[in-house]
Amino acid sequence: MEYVNIIIKAIFVENILLSLFLGMCSFLAVSQKVKTATGLGIAVIFVLICTAPLNWLINYYFLANGALAWAGLPDIDLSFLQFVSFIAVIAAFVQLVEMIIDKFSQPLYNALGIYLPLIAVNCAILGVSLFMVKRDYSLGESTAFAVGSGIGWALAIIALAAIRQKLKYSNIPPALKGLGITFIVTGLMAMGFMCFAGITL
Amino acid sequence: MGDETKERELLFGKKQKKLITDPLWDNNPITLQVLGICSALAVTTKLIPALVMTGALVFVLVFSNLFISLLRNYIPSKIRIIVELSIVASLVIVTDQVLKAFMWDQSKLLSVFVGLIITNCIVLGRAEAFALANGPWKSILDGLGNGLGYGFILVVVGFFRELFGFGTLMDIQIIPQAMYDLGYKNNGLMVLAPAAFFLVGIFIWVQRHLSKKLVEEE
Repeated sequence: MEYVNIIIKAIFVENILLSLFLGMCSFLAVSQKVKTATGLGIAVIFVLICTAPLNWLINYYFLANGALAWAGLPDIDLSFLQFVSFIAVIAAFVQLVEMIIDKFSQPLYNALGIYLPLIAVNCAILGVSLFMVKRDYSLGESTAFAVGSGIGWALAIIALAAIRQKLKYSNIPPALKGLGITFIVTGLMAMGFMCFAGITL
Repeated sequence: MGDETKERELLFGKKQKKLITDPLWDNNPITLQVLGICSALAVTTKLIPALVMTGALVFVLVFSNLFISLLRNYIPSKIRIIVELSIVASLVIVTDQVLKAFMWDQSKLLSVFVGLIITNCIVLGRAEAFALANGPWKSILDGLGNGLGYGFILVVVGFFRELFGFGTLMDIQIIPQAMYDLGYKNNGLMVLAPAAFFLVGIFIWVQRHLSKKLVEEE
C-alpha cells in the first residue's frame, strides 16, 4: 500500500514536471504533437524504471557513507562521486534505448530525432536518482518513485501536447505565440495538479 | 576589467563583445534557446538562492566550455556526450563541495538542484553548439554570456517571487509593516510552482513585444 501511495504522490501531488520542474527542456521542445510526446514519454518511463534501481544499488553498495564495509573499508565515504556515477549509468542506458528504438521502430526513431540523446540530459532522470538518495528511499520505494515520476512526466507531456495541438487554432497575441503561451498553459496545468495536494492512501 | 581591455584590445573586438551581449537579450538561453529551464524555475522562490545558482552555473559553464573547447579535436564524436558529461559532472562536484564547505545553508536550500546543473541543458547545449566548434577564448566568452543571460532571468523571476511572495528582497523586509497592518497579505501563489511558469511566460511576452524580430512565426 505504501508503494501505491508513493506512486500516486509522484504522479499527481508532486508531479515531477509541474511541481519539481524537472525535465522541462524536452517537455517544451517535444510537445508539438501527441504522437511524438507519447513516444518520448514511454521512453522516459522505461529509462527511469531501469536506471533508478541500478543507481540505488550503486549508491547503497559503493558510494554511501560506510557502504564499502563489505569490502573491509568501513571508513570510506564516496558519496561525492554520486553525480559522476549516476550520470554515467544514465548515459550508457540511454545509448542502449536509442539502439533498441532504432532497430525496432524506425518511424519513432525518426520522430524523436535529436531529442533521444537528450533523454540522457533530461533532468527528470537524474533528478529521480538524486531525490531518492535525498529522501532515503529503500530499493522498493525508489522503484515505485521512479514508476510514478515517469508516468507523471509522460502524463504531463501528453496533456500539454494535446493542448498545444488545439492551441494552433486560437488567436494569440503575436508576441505571446509559441513559447510564451506554452509557459502560461503549463502554469495553469500546474495549478490544476495542485488540487491533488493532500491526497494520501 | 578596465586595464585588461586596453592591453588585449584584440581579445575584446566587436565580435567578442557580441558573444557576451547576445545571450543577454537577443539569444537568451532560457527565453529563446529554451535551455536550462528546470533550475530556473525551481530555485527562484527567493533572490539569494537564485544568485548562488547563477554563480554556480556561470562557473561550470565557463570552465566546461573551456575544457571541451581545448579537447575538441581529441574527442571522438561517437562518445562525445559521455565525455562532455563527465567533464561537466566533475566541475559540478567541485562546485557542490565548495558550496557545502562555505555556504552550507544555501547548499541545503538548493538541495539536488546543484547536482542537476550536470543535466542543465545550457551546459551541454553550449558545449555541443559552440565549444565543439570554436577556440577556447571564444568559448569562455560564450559560456560567460550564456551564464549571465540565464542569471538575468533568474534574478528577474526571483525578484518578483520574493517581493510578492514573502514581502522581502535578499531576506530584508521591503514591504513595510504598516502595509500588513492595513490588511495587505503576501501572495501565497507566488511561492508555488505555477507562479514561476506565469512569470517566465509574461517575461517572454514582454521581451518579444519589445523586440518584434524575436516573435515566433507559425
